Amino acid sequence: MKKIEAIIQPFKLEDVKEALKNIGVDGMTISEVRGHGRQKGHKEVYRGQEYNVDLLPKVKFEMIVTDNRLDEVLDTIANAARTGKIGDGKIFVFDVAEAIRIRNGDRGESAI
Amino acid sequence: MHFDYAMLLQAAPDLTARLTAAEAAVKSAQSAGDNAWMLVSSALVLMMTGPGLALFYGGLVRRKNVLSTMMHSFFMMALVTVIWAIAGYSLVFAEGNPFIGGLKYLFLDGVGKEANTDYAATIPQGTFMIYQMMFAIITPGLISGAFAERIRFSAMALFTTLWVFVVYFPMAHMVWGKGGLLNAYLGGSIRTFDFAGGTVVHITSGVSALVCALYLGKRVGYPKEPHKPHSLVLSTIGACLLWVGWFGFNAGSALGASGLATTAFVATHLAAAAAALSWMAAEWMISGKPSMLGGISGCVAGLVAITPASGFVKPMPALLIGALAGMFCYWMVAKVKNMFGYDDTLDAFGVHGAGGTLGAILTGVFATNAINDTQIDGKVVALGLVDGNAGQILNQAIGVGIAIVLAVVGTYLILKVCDALIGVRVERDEEIQGLDVTQHGEEGYNLEA
Repeated sequence: MKKIEAIIQPFKLEDVKEALKNIGVDGMTISEVRGHGRQKGHKEVYRGQEYNVDLLPKVKFEMIVTDNRLDEVLDTIANAARTGKIGDGKIFVFDVAEAIRIRNGDRGESAI
Repeated sequence: MHFDYAMLLQAAPDLTARLTAAEAAVKSAQSAGDNAWMLVSSALVLMMTGPGLALFYGGLVRRKNVLSTMMHSFFMMALVTVIWAIAGYSLVFAEGNPFIGGLKYLFLDGVGKEANTDYAATIPQGTFMIYQMMFAIITPGLISGAFAERIRFSAMALFTTLWVFVVYFPMAHMVWGKGGLLNAYLGGSIRTFDFAGGTVVHITSGVSALVCALYLGKRVGYPKEPHKPHSLVLSTIGACLLWVGWFGFNAGSALGASGLATTAFVATHLAAAAAALSWMAAEWMISGKPSMLGGISGCVAGLVAITPASGFVKPMPALLIGALAGMFCYWMVAKVKNMFGYDDTLDAFGVHGAGGTLGAILTGVFATNAINDTQIDGKVVALGLVDGNAGQILNQAIGVGIAIVLAVVGTYLILKVCDALIGVRVERDEEIQGLDVTQHGEEGYNLEA
């Protein structure tokens, strides 16, 4: 089992969700986050007072997939989230030790 | 043609009675019209404080201070109302000396349905009293822009109570009260023109705001850490309510549904529009983008500047006053404030102090009896520079000077007293946590609730 964390542009949220749905991935957790990589922030000016906003709004996807579906899911997210510009985001993959379905106690891949 | 005098004489008793009845009916109709407009104006001016100013200022602070800032406006609606009814109205409008009114109307004694012919002959004195009350409410509300995000609530309440007695009531009496030092129409020795409160409301509050900002010092982290407005949406709604409410403030100051009210209404609207444009144009040129905050700040600056002039100037000077105010106040808040480094949280000084002063002086330039032919000592006189009375600019400057001195000295002394008794500023950790939780035990946005 792998955990995928994908940090993407907020306006790509619907595209990525739709693409994942089309390949049959329906479990995911989404949060609104702030951050930046190489993308520079922007300047805001309030009555002449300038602020550089470098932590930009992003959306973070978290999901667990079986090893055999990993590449397919990664490609799907990357393709759907890509604009080709700086700021598109990043995807990270982690090993998952265990998964438990709280309702009935299922463990492992059947809990995903 | 032969005229039958005998018949006319016979009819005369009846004619006299009918004329008397007709005159009474005309008077009653005028009173009804004037009173309707003045009651509506009173409500409009109250709306400027709540929700107008509460939203405008509330949106400009950080989320953790939204309620405490709105409270600074809302609380005035309650506190100053009570003070005004008990003593304020009398100290401003009862006959007294040139500096403060008398005690004749204490507890609103004798203030009811009958008109007070010194001030407004066609409306009940009760209407005049409640209308003027709304001005006393908003003025300390404006100051709160300077100490927002760091004042102790109890200190704010004591400060306001003392401030209206020490600064507002004397200033309002001097300019508007019968026998007041600066009253142009009712026996003042230095005639100044302040139609709706440029000196009384905006200079006193703006200058007091600067004193507060300097006395309290900067907010924790200012200006290094971002202190961004948490909701310019709220501020925009608030500013638009201020714009509309200002028609009551300025056009209502005609004290009747007259042509002068229309003139003031037009001047007010034109100045607000011109100032919104000029502020946005200035920041577009200097910082690259026209902003919503710039637009609403500009319209308020224009409204402030036209306030003393609104019942005295023609439409084109009104446009000019607004345009100058937008640029001048932008320069004050975007450049001068940073030059001196004081932390006037919401720019009460930069907008109300600076805009009010500009407007008061320009009133001396553009005031004309072609717009306001109210008689002084039984005749129509030259008003401002455009009427050939250059000396009026000096009178206006004296009025401004008195307002500034009174505001600086009064506010400083009151702050000293409040600091000694209570402590004006919250503790550092309270300030970091936010005034909503530490002063009021509540939060503006309980999104998880």
